[in-house]
Amino acid sequence: MSTTDFTETQLQVREAVRTLCTHFSNEYWRARDETSTDPHAFHSALAKAGWLGIALPERYGGSGLGISEATLMMQTISESGAGIAGAQAIHANVYATQPLALFGSEAQRSDTIPRIIGGEWRMCFGVTEPGAGLDTLRMGTVAKRETDHGDRSEYVISGQKIWITCAQVAQRMMLLARTKARGEVEKPSQALSLFCIPLDRSAPGLEMRRIKKMGGRAVDANEVFFDGYRVPADCLVGKEGEGFKIILHGMNAERCLLAGEALGLGYAALARASTYARERNVFERPIGMNQGIAHPLADAYMRLEAAKLATYHAARLYDASKTDETISQDAIGIAANSAKYLAAEAAFTACERAVLTHGGMGYAQEYDVERWFRECLVPRIAPVSREMILNYIGEKVLELPRSY
Amino acid sequence: MSGLRILVPVKRVIDYAVKPRVNRAQTGVETANVKHSMNPFDELSIEESVRIREKKAHHAHAPPVEEIVAFSAGVPKSQDIIRTAMAMGADRGIHVVVDEKDALEPLGVAKLLKKVVEQENSNLVILGKQAIDDDAGQTGQMLAGLLNWAQATQASKVSITDQTTVEVVQEVDGGVQTIRSKLPMVITTDLRLNEPRYASLPNIMKAKKKVLDKKSLADYGIEESGVRLKTVKVCEPPPRKGGVKVEDVDGMIGKLKELGAL
Ligand SMILES: Cc1cc2nc3c(=O)[nH]c(=O)nc-3n(C[C@H](O)[C@H](O)[C@H](O)COP(=O)(O)OP(=O)(O)OC[C@H]3O[C@@H](n4cnc5c(N)ncnc54)[C@H](O)[C@@H]3O)c2cc1C
Repeated sequence: MSTTDFTETQLQVREAVRTLCTHFSNEYWRARDETSTDPHAFHSALAKAGWLGIALPERYGGSGLGISEATLMMQTISESGAGIAGAQAIHANVYATQPLALFGSEAQRSDTIPRIIGGEWRMCFGVTEPGAGLDTLRMGTVAKRETDHGDRSEYVISGQKIWITCAQVAQRMMLLARTKARGEVEKPSQALSLFCIPLDRSAPGLEMRRIKKMGGRAVDANEVFFDGYRVPADCLVGKEGEGFKIILHGMNAERCLLAGEALGLGYAALARASTYARERNVFERPIGMNQGIAHPLADAYMRLEAAKLATYHAARLYDASKTDETISQDAIGIAANSAKYLAAEAAFTACERAVLTHGGMGYAQEYDVERWFRECLVPRIAPVSREMILNYIGEKVLELPRSY
Repeated sequence: MSGLRILVPVKRVIDYAVKPRVNRAQTGVETANVKHSMNPFDELSIEESVRIREKKAHHAHAPPVEEIVAFSAGVPKSQDIIRTAMAMGADRGIHVVVDEKDALEPLGVAKLLKKVVEQENSNLVILGKQAIDDDAGQTGQMLAGLLNWAQATQASKVSITDQTTVEVVQEVDGGVQTIRSKLPMVITTDLRLNEPRYASLPNIMKAKKKVLDKKSLADYGIEESGVRLKTVKVCEPPPRKGGVKVEDVDGMIGKLKELGAL
């Protein structure tokens, strides 16, 4: 990857994260994947060295850097061989804490953020529901405010979430849930609220089931069932009805991080493929001497570089918008969604070609490219699908009529 | 002695994981667009200095550390590794900017370091036993000679046992050797000395606020880099020829005789 245009701080981030990640080899990730065991040592090492606080305020023990730096960190993690599994083990801690830092009460911030940064607690993010899918505004999980026996106020949560990454190992969940019926409010978005809730797996009304999945098996993804699960009322982040607005705010940042994670995977796969193409001799010459092998890899490189420019452009816009009011949320949204799309596609191309370059060995676990290939579908699907990004660009940029 | 003033020279070298390639002109190895990092032995030096300050393990009785100064002479980018050294715990940095074409030889570096030691009033210098680019392994010894200080090379364990005494375990042929000396002294580090910490993000951020002085050779009263050697030619080692398989011991003996080895 060309590193022109990165700032000195960003290059330091990259170098330091790269060094840390060398302590977690591909053997480590291969074993975690095969046995579906959480990479908690990796999470702790990153926490111990302060990386989870990269984009959180210094007041709570973070380092106050931007989404650009966080994106490069995520890319470097994934590029180290840790892949999407490694990225997902920390992703929500970096990203889902952003709304808390911005909109949380002082008590919520000082209680939660330092513990997340220090690695004592882990965070997960609960939005997706089986009954709603990408149509988030139709989610059915309800949080109902009740005053219990004393005069303590609580929210009682009922409903189902799906695909919640790291729910098994997290102590807190950023939960988006319905506090009003759709018809009760002017805009459907005003019916949702955001909570930062404790996950007490021994308490009544909370159950989770791990989903068996194609890749990134080291980290758990879950169906989470709430059935009258009670949380203190002060778990509410911001005001009731503001949840969707708050989440939207952080979504562009998440697109950037995911784009970075995809890029890392793509660059890792491409590096492997080109090494193999140089070293593997068939028909008495390196296979990379065949243009049928070389050109697809050269093409994959250019796609990654282009996606990289789009990614760090979006991240820069996001960061700059904090001080530059002329940068609109729409402009950031367009850049961040485009970046996520392009990076996911470029990563997919690189990973697929890396497998094919390896011939039969591409199918062997030992060469890692099959693991990355299984993982590279995630950025294409989550947190928003390719189709929904195309819908968004069609509507927002091309001003085409909305199709749904 | 009131406190330790430790000087840690660090060098920017081609990263240990990179396979170096000879440049086209055959005058050296290709350095453009090649990943560089801190000489691995120098990471050990920084780590050990920080452990002395933290009074880790065998440094429990060490005098307090007044200051750890990271120093590098080299191209402008050498400042990156001084920043890394500061992120690992050095208090400030000094960078003598030297063009790649004027690169110093070990004696030149030792003479420069002597001036730095005098100016900084250092009483302990911890260097890598060698830099992995030239593998000369001379600077520490020459510096000790020029300063007329004691030296303990290839340290695999350093214990500061009281205010002025240092014990160093060295790996030597056939075993280990423990030597004891008084400060001030020069120590060079070997691989088994410690495991360097990685720079944490908060410390990287703190390091940005630490002072990094940029200097020239002239600032230390050195007018010329004093290079005495000329590299005539650098080339790749010849590719190894494939071996021959012999059937049995007799075959082996026959072959060795044929090659004149027996
Ligand atoms: C590994 C993994 C980890 C995840 N982690 C989390 C997590 O931690 N927290 C969380 O909340 N969620 C998580 N998710 C969920 C993820 O965000 C969703 O899977 C994603 O948003 C897609 O939603 P869906 O699966 O319900 O797809 P659906 O909404 O069912 O869509 C199915 C398909 O139909 C297409 N489609 C739907 N509507 C339209 C339309 N109008 N026009 C064109 N095409 C359309 C979609 O593009 C998609 O291809 C994770 C998912 C995965 C795979």
